[in-house]
Amino acid sequence: MRAIYLAQDPTLADFGRDPWWLVVGKVLFAFVFAVLATLLGVWFERRVVGFMQVRPGPNQVGPLGLLQTLADGLKMAFKEDILPRAADKVVYFFAPTISVICAVTALSVVPFGPMVSIFGHWTPLQVTDVSVAVLVLLACSSMGIYGIVLGGWASGSTYPLLGGLRSTAQMISYEVAMGLSIVAVFMTAGTMSTSGIVAAQGDATRVTVFGTEIPAPGWYAILLLPSFVIFFIAIVGETNRAPFDLPEAESELVAGFMTEYSSLKFALFMLSEYVSMVTMSAVTVTLFLGGWRAPWPITLWEGANSGWWPMLWFFGKVIMLVFVFVWLRGTLPRLRYDQFMRFGWKVLLPINLVWILVLSGLRSIEDWDTRGKLIAVGIPAGLLLLATLFWPSRKPQPRPTVQEQVNNRPHGSFPLPPMDLQVPPSPRTRRVVAEREPANTVAGPESREV
Amino acid sequence: MTTQTVLAAAGGVSGGEEVTFWILAPLALIGAIGMVAARNAVHSALWLVLTMLCLGVFYVLQAGPFIGMVQIIVYTGAIMMLFLFVLMLVGRDSSDSLIETLRGQRAAAVLLGLGFAGLVGGGVYRALEGTTAVGLTQANADGNVQGIARLLFTKYVFAFELTSALLITAAVGAMVLAHIERRKQDKMDQIATMKARFRPGNYPGPKPGPGVFATSSSVATPARLPDGRFTERSTPEILPLRELTAQEASPKGTDK
Repeated sequence: MRAIYLAQDPTLADFGRDPWWLVVGKVLFAFVFAVLATLLGVWFERRVVGFMQVRPGPNQVGPLGLLQTLADGLKMAFKEDILPRAADKVVYFFAPTISVICAVTALSVVPFGPMVSIFGHWTPLQVTDVSVAVLVLLACSSMGIYGIVLGGWASGSTYPLLGGLRSTAQMISYEVAMGLSIVAVFMTAGTMSTSGIVAAQGDATRVTVFGTEIPAPGWYAILLLPSFVIFFIAIVGETNRAPFDLPEAESELVAGFMTEYSSLKFALFMLSEYVSMVTMSAVTVTLFLGGWRAPWPITLWEGANSGWWPMLWFFGKVIMLVFVFVWLRGTLPRLRYDQFMRFGWKVLLPINLVWILVLSGLRSIEDWDTRGKLIAVGIPAGLLLLATLFWPSRKPQPRPTVQEQVNNRPHGSFPLPPMDLQVPPSPRTRRVVAEREPANTVAGPESREV
Repeated sequence: MTTQTVLAAAGGVSGGEEVTFWILAPLALIGAIGMVAARNAVHSALWLVLTMLCLGVFYVLQAGPFIGMVQIIVYTGAIMMLFLFVLMLVGRDSSDSLIETLRGQRAAAVLLGLGFAGLVGGGVYRALEGTTAVGLTQANADGNVQGIARLLFTKYVFAFELTSALLITAAVGAMVLAHIERRKQDKMDQIATMKARFRPGNYPGPKPGPGVFATSSSVATPARLPDGRFTERSTPEILPLRELTAQEASPKGTDK
């Protein structure tokens, strides 16, 4: 599928030409977006979880409780900042900042919109883009782990250390699955720059159904569905969100790596968690959900994908994904650690590899004629079907009945209670019942001794 | 970054590139010195992380954005993280001792290190003096990533396949050596445990705690069964059984 590059699609050559005030403005916008997204994100999460649990959620501070997070944040800033005696002071201080910096930096390569005119400058709505922008995202998320693991270690306490180590193992494992699921996107888009990937997801092909032209979906969430599913699961693990919030599993580790943190440092960790949730949602939108491009019914309007409107579609998609994050948290119980790791390494990874293999196979036969394609796809598919049909299944051993098992026990075994589990009535009960005066009501035929 | 890439490809040194270099090069050096000088192993690793990050940016400056990012993701993000993992498990107080075991070794090492650095630096400088870099534009003609991919999958494909096979062999070997696998038959499931517990000859109840029915709270004093006998199951096997004398066992005047 070849993408049609529209005039408003930025290319790599469009970046790096902004005047300094525009660069500062864009950076500031990305930062303010991250902070505002956290403020509203916490409120949104609490309201949505409240709605799911049939309770109002925060509704006192400001209209609809909108300012609740602000109040909480202010309160947090005035709390006592505790420095544990056993803490490694410098590292303890820097750990939360590393987390926040990495989470916010990732936003710099996320495209918020197409080319627009800002005070006469024709510029893309994106801080910057490089030919390896998606790798910048991966680098940011892998550096963000340092914040957590160093925070856990520098606290000089047991639970934070365990939480930090746990989260390292978790995030590294899920980063592998995440990186592999992006490979399919690279292969299909033919580029690693985020603006290029968004451009490649434009509606290029049109399918004629009953005389009307309908644009075929170019979103990679549809074209590369397995990659999308794996990527989304992996980013839930990567952002430490429920049901994968094992680093801060409060039933096992108190609060994980941030047990010893308080006041503004704790606030920074909270900030980085929500910023990375929003950042990862934005990355998912960029890589798989068409970025700032409008979905189909809106594209019937000609101006949907130009000017400032695409920012609206982009934010809509991001909010939708954040809602899914909250939804997951409100629905699923936390996984056990070994289940979680097994899921990452033994399920997500192999599925991903097989899917990449299949995809590259399909792409390499793209130029063949129909007959060759049918043979190339049909023979492996047929073999797979046959293999699943005739795979030797282990015959289930006939289980001995309970009575047989009891009879097979060696002589002198511990006495067993009766197998039918009917406790014989105690003779004493019988006597008491017999001696009691008859009650007013006549005992029916269904009444019996206990 | 894009403009810098373009300029680097053209053979010139742009102002941005120079500024970035002069900011990050001292940082990289500080990181390297700090890595050697830090006494705490974790601090050492963190200094190394700083140096590696700077190196990653240098690669990007040298018109190799892919290798720069991979340096950050793989070396800094994954490998150093595993190092850190091990160091943290070793313990936070494992600082190096500063006692010299070989007399004068430190001074000699500094001298030799400086000499070696001087030799290498001088050699590289003399060799590259006055030469201009060529071929970068051709190598990056279709983009940096595509250029690397073309080389990796054509000219050097066997070298890389062999390297990866070697690495995988090493990893699998390490796992096999370090891993003790219990066979499925050896694992006792709940039913097997229960059956073993109720096997004839095994007392299925909990062991009596030491001193429950005894006259002393010592762990070496065996518990008494309800019929007055001592039970040896109540005391650890490594402790000598200690029987109380009649005087010891007699009431201590507390029940007047």
